[in-house]
Amino acid sequence: MKASNPFWREQLIDQIEPELAREIDIYETEIELRKQGKIDEKLFAETRLRRGAYGQRYDNGQRWDGQETQILQYPSTELTKGPNTVWDAPGMQRIKIPFGGLNARQLEVMADLAEEYSDGIAHVTTRQDFQLHFISIDDTPALMRRLAAVGITTREACGNSVRNVTACPYSGICGDEAFDVTPYAHALSQFLNGHPDTQDFGRKFKIAFSGCKDKGCGLVNMHDLGAIAVRRIETGVEKRGFELYVGGGLGSVPHQAKLFDTFLPEEELLPTSQAIARVFARLGEKKNRNRARIKFLVAQLGLEEFKRLVLEERALLPPDPEWTAFLNDLHAHDEQPLRPAASLNGAARPEGFDRWARTNIFRQKQSRYVTVTVTLPLGDATGTQLRGLADIARRCTRETIRTTVEQNIVLRWVSEADLPEVYAALKALGLEQPGAGTILDVTSCPGTDTCKLGIASSRGLAGELRIRLAEKSHTLDEAIQDLRIKVSGCFNSCGQHHVADLGFYGVSRHSGGYTVPYFQVVLGGQWTENAGSFGLAMGAIPSKNIPEVVERLTGRYVSERLKGESFQAFIKRIGKVEIKKMLDDLTRLPPHDQDASFYSDWGDTREFTIGDMGVGECAGEVVSRVEFDLAAAEREVFEAQVLLDKGEAQKAGEMAYASMVQAAKALVKEQFYDVPDDTDRIVSEFRTRFYDTQLFWDPFAGGKFGHYLLRAHDKHAEPATHEVARQRIEEAQLVVEAAYSCYGRMQAAKPPVKVKA
Amino acid sequence: MDLQHLSIKVFAERPETIDLSNFTGVFNSWIQRRVADELLIDVADYSHVFAGPGVILIGHEANYSLDNAGRRLGLLYNRKAKVEGTTHERLRQAARAALLACQRLEKEQALKFSGQEMRVIVNDRLIAPNTDETFTSLAPEFKSFFDTLYRGAEYLLNPTPDPRERLTVNVRAASRFDVETLLRNLS
Repeated sequence: MKASNPFWREQLIDQIEPELAREIDIYETEIELRKQGKIDEKLFAETRLRRGAYGQRYDNGQRWDGQETQILQYPSTELTKGPNTVWDAPGMQRIKIPFGGLNARQLEVMADLAEEYSDGIAHVTTRQDFQLHFISIDDTPALMRRLAAVGITTREACGNSVRNVTACPYSGICGDEAFDVTPYAHALSQFLNGHPDTQDFGRKFKIAFSGCKDKGCGLVNMHDLGAIAVRRIETGVEKRGFELYVGGGLGSVPHQAKLFDTFLPEEELLPTSQAIARVFARLGEKKNRNRARIKFLVAQLGLEEFKRLVLEERALLPPDPEWTAFLNDLHAHDEQPLRPAASLNGAARPEGFDRWARTNIFRQKQSRYVTVTVTLPLGDATGTQLRGLADIARRCTRETIRTTVEQNIVLRWVSEADLPEVYAALKALGLEQPGAGTILDVTSCPGTDTCKLGIASSRGLAGELRIRLAEKSHTLDEAIQDLRIKVSGCFNSCGQHHVADLGFYGVSRHSGGYTVPYFQVVLGGQWTENAGSFGLAMGAIPSKNIPEVVERLTGRYVSERLKGESFQAFIKRIGKVEIKKMLDDLTRLPPHDQDASFYSDWGDTREFTIGDMGVGECAGEVVSRVEFDLAAAEREVFEAQVLLDKGEAQKAGEMAYASMVQAAKALVKEQFYDVPDDTDRIVSEFRTRFYDTQLFWDPFAGGKFGHYLLRAHDKHAEPATHEVARQRIEEAQLVVEAAYSCYGRMQAAKPPVKVKA
Repeated sequence: MDLQHLSIKVFAERPETIDLSNFTGVFNSWIQRRVADELLIDVADYSHVFAGPGVILIGHEANYSLDNAGRRLGLLYNRKAKVEGTTHERLRQAARAALLACQRLEKEQALKFSGQEMRVIVNDRLIAPNTDETFTSLAPEFKSFFDTLYRGAEYLLNPTPDPRERLTVNVRAASRFDVETLLRNLS
């Protein structure tokens, strides 16, 4: 704990908004009460989460060191900050940056906090937040005060609340937008933050704004609530409004948002959002967190009924002046340049400039001004780099800085004539890498580096892909330059793998006594059109073979694409069967004694397994019956995808269901070998032996995946639309993955059998 | 002035020969072998960040890293937990921990560190803002410590000028010192 912690309150009291100051005081008191045992750990956990103070990997006080699981002997062994969460274990602090907007002073404070409380790195997330890792909970009130003093709150950055409101980073400067959504994103963020109607959600709620429909920058379709700017002429007068979408989301099973309103007038944005929040709070699932996002409520009620309830709620809302107050001051967020507009006009350009400018410059609708994208590798920046960016922003702009969902930072309103100066300044900071928004700009969630839910090392893989692609960036075919790669450490999609051309999410496989890192390959996602469509998993491949997967897929696209054919169209045309065949040899895992590198993850030398088998054992060559059966289940998921591609939704749904049953049967046979080949009996036995006993339960997702199977069993006879079949396929993939994990846990729990050479 | 959060960096010789990617494994082996009296928790790899913190061995009381800040690779000991005693004693604790880590890396990884030059960072902007006044008030205690460390050899203390940075003092002795000598001087 920092020695200065007790002094920051007095130091900053005059600089913090009173309500925010009181909020942090209360939080500090809650910390003290928890230390005295006067607040229950579950309540305290939600309390800190709503202030953005999140858990981090190993905070249960245990860590696998590659040889054994070490108990981390923290000084406060009894005190917890949540269930199974040791007080002294480092955690993560998430910091909300509404629409990604920052000024130079805020960037400097972020730098200070990263250096003083964290590990020296400030991390930009895929939702325009900042995150600091390895934070002591005792330091969080001082850290929050320092942020509050520059107008930043961490309130409701985590927990069951309205998370950071994101927006296209080019709002206000993009020629394609209907209008600048910045003031609306700001107003809605302010209005809902801490609002009484958003305090009783069963799950988090994410909002995004976009200025146009066609591009991807806002990613509206994958959000709980999304708004796309629209203009309309009404009785000869131009009106502003929004195409409003609800019920989108990624997560384990992604949902495309549904169009709630084709034109929601601007004055209705806040009250309608409030009404939606009320309906979600009242009717959304509370007990089963796996079905608690609004997407499930919309799906369950149907859009029309959901809409009726919202409009009914809207009519009952007591008027609030805040709904429209911001409309009188819409220009408060207008930005101005610092320096006059001027073109480069043949000025000398430093080496590397042209290549950088091709990808990292966005031409604004304001003539001769550009937005510069500063590429942050894996979203990471040091304090020195952030201070340097603050200097550039002060020198060349009016501190018009934004974070992006691609984990970068943009500097807006740079006069074209200043670009060589900006480039030189970025180069001095090591931030002049080209390739923003291209295949080189791989994004990733924290994965196993720091996330408790991570299965495989997403950052490790993303880092490896960045290195390999950068090495040959000069020779990369233009056709693949604009492809996007996104990596998640698990099925929860924080790396947004569903909307990438090439997406990957971490899974594991059990083989011969070892647990092995794999990644599911997700193809066909669409970034443009606000995350217009989601990719589907093609199969799991050992983590160490993923770079070769990228190599083959991009290589084939380069050589076989038709004129003007997008990567999505190409994948669709050659078909999943062909792709599967093309990657088939990469699915094979070499035995441990032939290549042990496959058994540890990228950037991590520890053996991935939790077993303790000695060298020379031949268990690596043994493939169990369960593994064969689960592989068969996986094949059926794939076949279901092929059927769906052919437009045979009903058959696809049935096949997906069959694959779930097959996976369940594989596990049931471990306990009841002669289980009859009768679906009802298999599901019943699965329920009794694996679901009710929680043996199948995921350590973090609980019974969610088992529930998918049980629900599919109840509903499989119903007609399946394309959307239903697609969802069932997603769920089937997760059931099979969960079966693999369950089998892995069962194997790990068995005492090791030593085999004599 | 209650200086609790001191960091000390000892610079590596021939840094161009050091491949940071090897050190996630090295630091993990330190966790496996519990090589320090302190609780060692995890390893964070930031070798992809330009002039960044390199590879960090995260601990409860302190972090150790092969730090590349300022594009100068060295072993950084970053104290986080409270140390009782005077500033001199706290500097001694941090310097000794840093030098012991250097000694281990020299033995196990064939790295070489130069004791001739060190950097002290006071990781608390409120208690020790980077101003001339702070440096002037702390200089006697810094001198007292480095007099002991360098055993009367000449050295210079140079504070860094940017007031936004943490108080950072670069120390350079007139003659060469190796890690073993400095550890002996501290014993």
